[in-house]
Formats: sequence, C-alpha cells, structure tokens
Amino acid sequence: MQIYLPIAEMTVNIFLILGLGGAVGLLSGLFGVGGGFLMTPLLIFIGVPPAVAVGTQSAQTVASSVSGMLAHMRRGNVDLMMGAVLTGGGFAGSAFGVWLFNELKYAGHIDLTISLGYVIFLGVVGGFMMAESLPGVLKRRPVTLALAARGPGRHMWMHGLPFKMRFRRSKLYVSAIVPLAIGALVGLLVAMMGVGGGFLMVPAMIYLLGMPTQVVIGTSLFQITFVTAGTALLQATVNQSVDAVLALLLLLTGVIGAQIGARLSAKIKGEHLRVMLAVIVLGVAIRLALDLVIPPSEIFSLGGEDGS
Amino acid sequence: MRALLLCLALLAAAPLQAQDAPRVPDVPLVADLSNHLVAITTGFTGTNVLLFGATNGPGDIAVVVRGPTKDEIVRRKGRFGPIWANAAAVRFHDVPSYYRVASSRPLEEFAPQMLLSSRQIGVDTVRMINVDESLPAEEMTAFRKALVRLKTGNNLYDQGISDITMMSNRLFRTELHFPANVPTGTYMVEVYLFREGQITSAEIVPLIISKIGIGAEIYDFAHGRFAFFYGLLSVLLAAGAGWAASAVFRRV
Repeated sequence: MQIYLPIAEMTVNIFLILGLGGAVGLLSGLFGVGGGFLMTPLLIFIGVPPAVAVGTQSAQTVASSVSGMLAHMRRGNVDLMMGAVLTGGGFAGSAFGVWLFNELKYAGHIDLTISLGYVIFLGVVGGFMMAESLPGVLKRRPVTLALAARGPGRHMWMHGLPFKMRFRRSKLYVSAIVPLAIGALVGLLVAMMGVGGGFLMVPAMIYLLGMPTQVVIGTSLFQITFVTAGTALLQATVNQSVDAVLALLLLLTGVIGAQIGARLSAKIKGEHLRVMLAVIVLGVAIRLALDLVIPPSEIFSLGGEDGS
Repeated sequence: MRALLLCLALLAAAPLQAQDAPRVPDVPLVADLSNHLVAITTGFTGTNVLLFGATNGPGDIAVVVRGPTKDEIVRRKGRFGPIWANAAAVRFHDVPSYYRVASSRPLEEFAPQMLLSSRQIGVDTVRMINVDESLPAEEMTAFRKALVRLKTGNNLYDQGISDITMMSNRLFRTELHFPANVPTGTYMVEVYLFREGQITSAEIVPLIISKIGIGAEIYDFAHGRFAFFYGLLSVLLAAGAGWAASAVFRRV
C-alpha cells in the first residue's frame, strides 16, 4: 500500500515506513539509544529529502525521549538547573545549526556535510563500542577507555573559567560556559544531523563536567527532549521540513518496537548486544563512506529548486 | 469554456492560417482530455490522462504537455582528494517542471526542425535560459543535457515516438502519464495538427494538478501563516504519543 507524504512530497510504501519505525524502535529499546543516528540516514537512503529527514527525526526524538525524561523526573534523577543551562546552550546551537543547514543547502553541500558528519560520528562511536565490547565477547578483559581512567575533577583549565554556578543536585560548582558549550554542540548536531546527541552528551557530562552518574541519564534526556522539541519547532517554522504524516507512521511502530526491545534487552547478554549495535553502526558508516568515495555513475544532480 | 478554448486555439494558429471562424462545423482539429483535474490524494501513485480528438482529414498530430516553470540548479560533482563533492553549478531560469511530447510519427518525419524549435516541440528544443556567461558553450551544453537526462530519469521529461494512435485518419488518442512525483500547478496541453510540414491547426487544453484532501491540508497548514502552530502541533503530538505509549506499556 502506497501513501503520499505531504511535506516530503513523495509516495512511499506504508509498510516500509512502518517496518523502519519498528526496526529502529526495537534497536533503540534494545540498546537504550535514541535511534536518530540510524533513522536519519535510513530515511535519506529511501529517498526522503535530507532536510525533511532531519526535521522529521527531531520531532521523532521528542517522542522517544519524553517518557524516559518523565520517569527520571519522578525519581528525582534530573538536575533541573544543569538541564536548563544545557538546554539554553542547546537552543543557541540548534538555531545556528538551522541557519548553517540552509546556507549549506543553497551552496549545494548539505548532502555531503550530513554524510561526512555521519561517517565521522558513527565511525568513532561504532569503533569505540567495538573496541570496548569485542574483547568481552571473546572472553578477554575489556579495554578501558583512557578517559574513564582520569575520573572527574581533573580539568584544571575548566575551573579557571568565569561565570561559576552552583548545581545542587549534581553537587558541582563549575563555570556555566562548559555546560553551555556542550549543550550548544549537541544542539548543532540535532539541527544538522537529526540525532538526539545523547551519545556525545552523556560522556561529556561524566568525564568533562564530572556529574554523578545517577543524574546523567535523566538530565541528558531533559535536554534532549526540550532541544529536539525546540529544533522541530524551528525547522517547521523556518524550513517547513517536518512531515507530520511520516513522523506519525514512524511513531506508530517505533514506540511499540522500543517497548519490546526494552523487554528483550533483559534476556540478551550485554556484550553481545553491544557488538551487534557496533556492527550496525559501523555498517551504516561504511555504506555512507563508500558513497562519498566511489566515483558516481552520474556526476550531475538537480538541487535547490527553490526560487530564491 | 469549450468555445473559449477553441478561440484560444484558433488564435494560436492564426498567424499560420486565418480562415475558420468559430462555430464553423468543419474545424480542422478538436481535442479534449478525459480529466481536467488531477488530484494528488494520500494514496496517489501517478495517473494517466486520456487525450482524444478528431481531425477533418489526414495529417500528423503532435502533443506537448508543459508543467509550470521554475528555476532549476544543476550541479556537477568533482573530486576533492578521495571525496566526490559538488563543484560547479548552473542555474536555469523558467524551466518547465514537466515536459512530455507525443506524436503520431517521429517528429522530424513530418515537421521541419526550424518550426519545431520555434514552437519548442521536442525535448531538445525546450528553452532553458541561463544568465551566467562565464562557462564555455560546450560546458553549458553538458549541463543542459544533464538537466534533460536527470528530468527524464525522474519521469518528468519524456519524448514518446509514435505513441499517438490514429484511427481512419480522423480520430486520435494517447495516454499522458503523470508520475507520483509530478509537480502541482497549471499544465498546458498543446495539440498540433501538421500537414505538409506546416501547423494547420492547434489547440490548447489546460490541466490542473493539485493536492486534494488531508495531505493538501497538511501541506497548506505547514507552509501557510500558521507554520509555527503546525510545528507546535507536531511536537505535542510526538510528545503525547511517546508518553501515551510508555503509560500503556507500564500496565501491560
């Protein structure tokens, strides 16, 4: 059965979209990741314009993070002050990202930028995950990341920065510049690549800010929920690139897949899960990298049909 | 409406032949479409529109369908180290977003090239204006050819040969295909009757392609003055769905 997507302005098979939503939802529940980093490239693979893929995925991320955020808030695992500062930075980064996205679109480089961004991020994340979990599967001692060994509170340069703020829930007294900068970088990624940015923010909060682990996940979900909501709003207003029909279809099976995945994850061995995820992530990265390197069969393309 | 169209058609043909007045029973050419409105609904996967008509005697028929014009940018990739990235770009002004030719025989068999070019009949004659003079002519030709090739690949340009069926030299019919990605707007279907290398008569039939139904309403909402509220609604919908799903599954 075919369905016409009103904003993407294309006809797709409804079961393909439902399948994609379910599969990525299952993976995101299984591995506890947002899934945006898989969904956005997949949508572009099937022919959704990059701007619409990124804009729609931001709305999608709101759905997948809001329930997690509420659950963590109920348990008091959200540092609201830290969350607010991270979100403030996130809004700035995302506004800049939306502007940069349009500039690159008119210059004809947006596809390349998105692909390159994904190759770098998926390559790094997949590589780390593989390095961390493969030895465990092969019954050897896992390699600990160099970062982990340093522990919190070692960054002396960071404590020299002005505008210090007290974050009671995290028991921290640090310069607001650092969380603002982290939030801004994550916001930029949300606007340009349609990811939630948790994979970047969580390590930064632990190793750079030195936040206690129990508030990290809740606080990052708080930032992701508000920043992706703000970005989706901005994308819809400025670029008209949020396809509500596409988002709704992806949501329909996505939320179910995520719940099933979360239940399954309890039954599968952690290391095997991580290796599987690493393989998927690296696979997407390699596919995107090949597309950039292999000489294209058609070197011409139509782009930017806008009258501006 | 019909009379008006007929007048239009005769006006179009006037420089070449000024004989028939409207309402004369023996008009050289009449043509119409099975459908004057193509509705893009939620289940739209492309459609065919039947064009049919009659002539008052032997002759060749050429049909040209033009979509609304807009600017098109053609980009060419180049190599930067190991990566292929867009390098050069050319903007063409007022290019038909959709262009299709059908004819009873290959065009060059019944019409001189000059006439075809002046009327823009045939994919190679489509006028593509470019203001940038910095590129050499052969480069420009490459970009122009690429535009036609890419448009053809998207099923938006097509030159069908001998796909008009003629019956007893008087009746003719052809199926015009509009794919799923067809741009919306007002289309002009031009029907030409050729005799002895000249246009004997011509008729223009408009065709509207428009989004209809819920998809159209969503599009208008998202692109209109209330785009912000469309965004707000989308976000609230997403947040609500995420929250509802977790609430439901907590009980299961």
